[in-house]
Amino acid sequence: MDAAVDASTSQFELNEEQRAIQEMAQAFAADRVAPNALDWDRRKHFPADVIRETGPLGLGGIYVRDDVGGSALGRLDAVLIFEALSHADPGFSSFISIHNMVASMIDRFGNDEQRQRFLPKLTSMEWLASYCLTEPGSGSDAAALKTRAVKSGGDYVLNGAKQFISGAGDSDVYAVMVRTGADGPKGISTIVVPKDAPGLSFGANEHKMGWHMQSTRQVIFEDCKVPAENLLSGEGAGFGIAMAGLDGGRLNIAACSLGGAQSALDKALSYTAERKAFGSKINQFQALQFRLADMETELQAARIFLYAAASKLDRKAPDAGKWSAMAKRFVTDTGFNVANDALQLLGGYGYLHDYGVEKLVRDLRVHQILEGTNEIMRVIIARALIGR
Amino acid sequence: MHIVVCIKQVPDSAQIRVHPVTNTIMRQGVPTIINPYDLFALEEALKLRDVHGGEVTVLTMGPPMAEDSLRKALGYGADRAVLLTDRYFAGSDTLATSFALSQAIAKIGETFGRPDIVFTGKQTIDGDTAQVGPGIAKRLDLSQLTYVAKIASIDLDTREIEVARRAEGGTQLLKSRLPCLITMLEDTNEIRRGSLQQALCAARSQVVKWTAADAGIDDLTRCGLRGSPTVVKRVFAPTARAERAAQIDTAERGLQDIADELIADILTRRPALEHELAFNSGT
Ligand SMILES: Cc1cc2nc3c(=O)[nH]c(=O)nc-3n(C[C@H](O)[C@H](O)[C@H](O)COP(=O)(O)OP(=O)(O)OC[C@H]3O[C@@H](n4cnc5c(N)ncnc54)[C@H](O)[C@@H]3O)c2cc1C
Ligand SMILES: Cc1cc2nc3c(=O)[nH]c(=O)nc-3n(C[C@H](O)[C@H](O)[C@H](O)COP(=O)(O)OP(=O)(O)OC[C@H]3O[C@@H](n4cnc5c(N)ncnc54)[C@H](O)[C@@H]3O)c2cc1C
Repeated sequence: MDAAVDASTSQFELNEEQRAIQEMAQAFAADRVAPNALDWDRRKHFPADVIRETGPLGLGGIYVRDDVGGSALGRLDAVLIFEALSHADPGFSSFISIHNMVASMIDRFGNDEQRQRFLPKLTSMEWLASYCLTEPGSGSDAAALKTRAVKSGGDYVLNGAKQFISGAGDSDVYAVMVRTGADGPKGISTIVVPKDAPGLSFGANEHKMGWHMQSTRQVIFEDCKVPAENLLSGEGAGFGIAMAGLDGGRLNIAACSLGGAQSALDKALSYTAERKAFGSKINQFQALQFRLADMETELQAARIFLYAAASKLDRKAPDAGKWSAMAKRFVTDTGFNVANDALQLLGGYGYLHDYGVEKLVRDLRVHQILEGTNEIMRVIIARALIGR
Repeated sequence: MHIVVCIKQVPDSAQIRVHPVTNTIMRQGVPTIINPYDLFALEEALKLRDVHGGEVTVLTMGPPMAEDSLRKALGYGADRAVLLTDRYFAGSDTLATSFALSQAIAKIGETFGRPDIVFTGKQTIDGDTAQVGPGIAKRLDLSQLTYVAKIASIDLDTREIEVARRAEGGTQLLKSRLPCLITMLEDTNEIRRGSLQQALCAARSQVVKWTAADAGIDDLTRCGLRGSPTVVKRVFAPTARAERAAQIDTAERGLQDIADELIADILTRRPALEHELAFNSGT
């Protein structure tokens, strides 16, 4: 894609198909998600029904191959979808993003039988999926994970716990990174655990700052039996699978910040056009105009950066991983700052739930932490720059 | 089954502003939508296709940018879209619009198969006349089913159709034959949401673009401004009147007599009108 900017929409130039994808996702988000987002947040309600509606629309396997019901689109297409959904609700969008990450891992690394067994139900969203890498004792240093899987007859028996798992308890399948071999990344495998596996249980829903519409729980394995046919690829391939998922997942999470931040900026623009102080509309104060100008500039820079990183991954450019990391770091930092600035522009009302901006600030904060913290993104970028 | 749905691109009335001085509608920069009634018609057509098989063709007459609304219709799942666009159509009133659309529908019939049903909306939200549907039906000699709330049944073997029609004071159940023209009411359908695949199909498909000549229209004097006898003198909001409307019983006397009498009555109240009418028909 050319790095041209379309004059009519002041947007990175998208082709007709990408625009159609964007419009379709925007329409769904505006009708079905945006009107409910604050309510879901307040009630900590997981909208399984609305999430499942996205399956028949083709959002359950955006970049999964089409023989199993996927939409077979690219990473930039996906970014446009997550940006559109997160304009309505970053938490909702992130859930769909994680589900897609798992579906694509099974699509890429599963064998034929596994693809046929899991993907039609995942792409249709009949089943929802969670991604289980983090453990109580290991987050950034994911390769230090301890959850063990031991082969016994036709099963693997799992023991250990995963921490901070989005959708835990609500999802139907769990892509779990487990240790089947020695310490370090080479001893890790990925296995798909169904919700009804014996010995699988879930911790309490964590009380957290944002992302209230979905649960975050521990996933606990106590002699949990999983059929050996559920192992993706071979033993020892798990760390690579987990990282491959995250490479694209990072772009999605960044897109979830972009849309949320755009929504905050939109709210700030309309609020400052109405609110009066000292005898004029507050958007007539140059200090605030400059703030708005900076927010727009930084957000557009983030958008172009993210779209460029996504097209790198689409074209399988050799430096796509570095670009994903850079985009994740830059877009999630920018997104949070823009949302936080928007809150300030709404004054005391920005701090009130009903105005919708404080929720965006709370939701976007975690994007700087998960799918690799922004410090870890710098580790990845520096490694690519300097070498190990 | 082949179904043609006529859709019109109209300004989104929710976002229309009226010029404070001239009191005219400011169309500049107002986003456009598919006329809501036409969307209900499209949904009904898609449902029929999903059950009985066949194709849905959407048709609009309008400027090149009306292609947007056709693409939207393709995104909902229509199979084909025809844009009738030509500078000769500019300034069409309902007479010229129904003429051009019926010619195009005839051409669609020749090219893609004769339609079994032509749908229009009950009326548009900008012109509001509700004349175009009946105008098409008359010209194409289709059975005319207006103000339809629901299609009760269709039998493709006997070519019979049953519809529920909203009438004053109740619902009529009408039986008719295909081919027919149906004008659809509002709120009759929940509009479906197009999937990603359909959005992509819409973006990938070609909209068929026809000029007047392509649609087989030879008589250009019946198109656009030239074919439009309607003259808008003034647009205003009518004030509510004190006197009540009288109900005329058509059982006692012939319609022609009643009409003559009414016209005579109007002319005695507004004598200037007689002169104007004579003037207009003379040109
Ligand atoms: C709401 C929520 C949802 C989540 N969902 C999921 C999920 O679905 N699946 C899943 O697997 N995980 C999930 N996580 C976990 C998340 O990915 C981890 O929290 C994250 O990777 C950080 O790990 P940690 O919390 O253990 O922090 P630590 O790794 O302990 O890091 C603590 C601090 O040290 C910094 N740090 C660590 N190492 C370095 C280094 N080498 N150089 C510089 N700084 C460093 C970190 O950046 C951080 O600031 C979720 C977390 C949250 C909060
Ligand atoms: C008094 C008056 C004066 C007007 N003067 C002018 C003028 O000077 N210049 C001008 O450009 N316009 C003018 N118009 C607008 C123009 O006449 C109408 O917009 C047009 O003829 C369609 O009529 P309508 O909108 O009332 O449609 P209706 O009869 O209310 O529409 C019924 C249905 O017909 C179908 N339909 C209508 N129009 C189209 C279309 N273009 N393509 C496909 N399907 C369609 C739709 O399914 C619609 O739901 C005028 C309208 C009025 C009422």
